[in-house]
Amino acid sequence: MIQAVSDQKKRMHPHKFTMWVAIGSILMMFAGMTSAYIVKRSQAGWMMIEIPGIFWFSTLAILLSSATVYLSLRSLKQREMKAYRRWLGITAIFGVLFLALQIAGFKEFAERDIRIVGAGSNASYSFLVAISGLHGLHVLGGVVALVVMAIMAVRSSTRNYNTVPLEVVATYWHFVDLLWIYLFIFFNWMK
Amino acid sequence: MSTETVSHAHDATSTSHSHEEHGHDHHHEESFLTKYVFTTDHKMIGKQFLITGIIWAIIGGLFSVLFRLQLGYPDSTFPILEDLFGKWAAGGRISNEFYYALVTMHGTILVFFVLTAGLSGTFANILIPLQIGARDMASGFLNMLSYWFFFLASVVMFASLFIQTGPASGGWTIYPPLSALGQASEGSKLGMDFWLISMALFIVSSLLGGLNYISTILNLRTKGMSMTRMPLTMWAIFFTAVLGVLSFPVLLSGAVLLLFDRNLGTSFYLSEIVVKGEILPNEGGSAILFQHLFWFLGHPEVYIILLPAMGMVSEILSVNSRKPIFGYLAMVGSLFAIAILAFLVWAHHMFVTGLNPFLGAFFVLLTLLIAVPSAIKVFNWLTTLWKGNIRFTPGMLFAIGFVSLFISGGLTGIFLGNSTLDIHLHDTYFVVAHFHIVMGVASFFGMFAGVYHWFPKMYGRYLNNTMAYIHFWVTLIGAYLIFWPMHYSGLAGMPRRYTDWSNWQSFNQFQGMNSFISTVAMIVFAVQLLFVFNFFYSIFKGRKVQSENPWGANTLEWTTPINPGHGNWPGDIPEVHRWPYDYGKDGRDFIPQTEPIGANESKH
Ligand code: HEM
Ligand SMILES: [Cu+2]
Repeated sequence: MIQAVSDQKKRMHPHKFTMWVAIGSILMMFAGMTSAYIVKRSQAGWMMIEIPGIFWFSTLAILLSSATVYLSLRSLKQREMKAYRRWLGITAIFGVLFLALQIAGFKEFAERDIRIVGAGSNASYSFLVAISGLHGLHVLGGVVALVVMAIMAVRSSTRNYNTVPLEVVATYWHFVDLLWIYLFIFFNWMK
Repeated sequence: MSTETVSHAHDATSTSHSHEEHGHDHHHEESFLTKYVFTTDHKMIGKQFLITGIIWAIIGGLFSVLFRLQLGYPDSTFPILEDLFGKWAAGGRISNEFYYALVTMHGTILVFFVLTAGLSGTFANILIPLQIGARDMASGFLNMLSYWFFFLASVVMFASLFIQTGPASGGWTIYPPLSALGQASEGSKLGMDFWLISMALFIVSSLLGGLNYISTILNLRTKGMSMTRMPLTMWAIFFTAVLGVLSFPVLLSGAVLLLFDRNLGTSFYLSEIVVKGEILPNEGGSAILFQHLFWFLGHPEVYIILLPAMGMVSEILSVNSRKPIFGYLAMVGSLFAIAILAFLVWAHHMFVTGLNPFLGAFFVLLTLLIAVPSAIKVFNWLTTLWKGNIRFTPGMLFAIGFVSLFISGGLTGIFLGNSTLDIHLHDTYFVVAHFHIVMGVASFFGMFAGVYHWFPKMYGRYLNNTMAYIHFWVTLIGAYLIFWPMHYSGLAGMPRRYTDWSNWQSFNQFQGMNSFISTVAMIVFAVQLLFVFNFFYSIFKGRKVQSENPWGANTLEWTTPINPGHGNWPGDIPEVHRWPYDYGKDGRDFIPQTEPIGANESKH
């Protein structure tokens, strides 16, 4: 059992810890979704998914954004505020780009005349849009957090070198990135 | 509407007390809004949860009185119902749609809004910082959001009661296809969307709360408060939060897919269905998939409801027996075992869905395994009571009542856990009796025990004892009179979710029994109103608490001032030197956790 408490050595900041628990919770939601997908796939009437090619580009965009958020955090730690704000902004832009590319991917289905929802739709494509849609909402949440942080960084008159808020957001951002990588592999592997 | 009640109630308490709050070094003025409404003080948030929960409990309880009227007296008419509810009770009889709406809302409200938010939300918030020695939660802001998401969820659910086609009415488990198809029933129309939106908000609320509870317990304990020196309430609330954080998101997945099926024409749960002669285009969906997702939450959920009650009961039994809790580590271990097993037994709700019997056998085994930690807990509670110097305070009576109910209801679980017996018992009144006793009434008893025990800490006053004793005895006897007979009709095969059995030869023999149950239910409901009266009356007029530690308890919350301010301790947070259960040790009645270990002290 966890015994050593009183010795206040370098422990994780409670907000960061909270974020890790939240990540566990979000993972459970996607675990629920992907298990449902697996169950459904083993049943009759499953239609093979053709993953749109654009998804490779969105994957690249979100991968790069993980690198830029890392650079932003490093700049903040070195107190280079200009670089910090620049990388923060670039990360948010990559986030928006990711979302735009995802939406473009789903537009492709419409052109190929594949129904994702509504009459004549197959559960396989509906799952694809439900799961990546939920993931997209989480990315959107991250973008909002990044934008809020960028605005605060520009507006605040006092210099604030506290790295905890950005560490929390960066942790989350790496997580939605990895989550997408997992989902992308999952969809490609379990068509 | 409930904020208003909340704020008024607290306004009056604190003004009548403000003269006692001397000695606070940080007594800066707070505005009405930041103190009572958008507060980040964990104690006030706890009270907000409690009072909102009480309001929901009255509504949910009233619904059960209404449908018990129908079940108890199917041949009578009650014109007043028509006056009140119009077409829903045309001719003074509760219509079928109305009946289903009432049962569904009764279940939803009591399971989620009262026994999850009202119970965990109240006691996790009030007790965690006070018992582990922290000034507040890890994030006061998230905590405030947690309450306001619950409030929003409440508003949406409450609004759904007034929709023209009625609220959701497919049962609290909202199984598709019924819940997925608007044309299938009135309650599956707009009311169902409101239900799903409200539950999504509710899930966000309980996730935000749960994250905070976990993070606070693990990170903010005072000096010396190792995990194994925490009161059992803290362990129980910790495991509750873990269960919630890991299982509610899965329900959210299930609900999202249901929203898709309802509004976007997908076929996750729907396949080859004909409704009222209309052939639906949906193909390839699986209704059973929803049940898996639902019960993966649903079973942990019943323990989310029960564990906080178990924790509080352990604490209250020990304090009022003036004896250490028996087997502290076994109590923690069994909570842990229950929390793990809670994730591995969900399919026992699905034995008759065509589940592979081979798979079923594993779920039978794991389900019956829960009896082991449950029995350990019961044994330890009884041993704690054994030869204790028992003080029969109202809190103690409810704690003892909890143990009784948990034994009675747990035993019937063992019947149900056998998949072969379940073929006969599933969806009968036997199940209704089982879960009402073990979960509903037992957790309510835990909650009442907690309210009676910690009311002095919350409001600096006592609840009235005479009303409390009437409340206890009528509720205990009443609960057994209501639910015990249901085992018999259930064993005879009487199905749940029917409005009327009069034309059913096999079951109309139980009509007398049903009338009896309904009568008792109304009496018990009335006595709950007495409790509510006692609660609000005592906030303003109750006997004042004179000492910091009225129960002679060891835990840290009783080292704070009688009416603690924001920050809980005026000076430094006390340091902890021992576990919380040193009662009747070395000739001393109790030794608080803050007292250093003496040189000649015996081991516990
Ligand atoms: C030894 C312990 C227990 C066992 C073996 C057990 C087993 C079962 C089984 C097999 C069912 C399904 C019956 C059916 O639908 O045919 C059931 C229903 C239920 N149990 Fe238990 N149970 C136990 C303890 C508990 C506890 C401690 C709680 C709550 C705190 C609880 C709450 C419920 C609820 C709410 C339902 C019914 C849900 C519904 O269909 O609406 N049970 N139990
Ligand atoms: Cu269960």
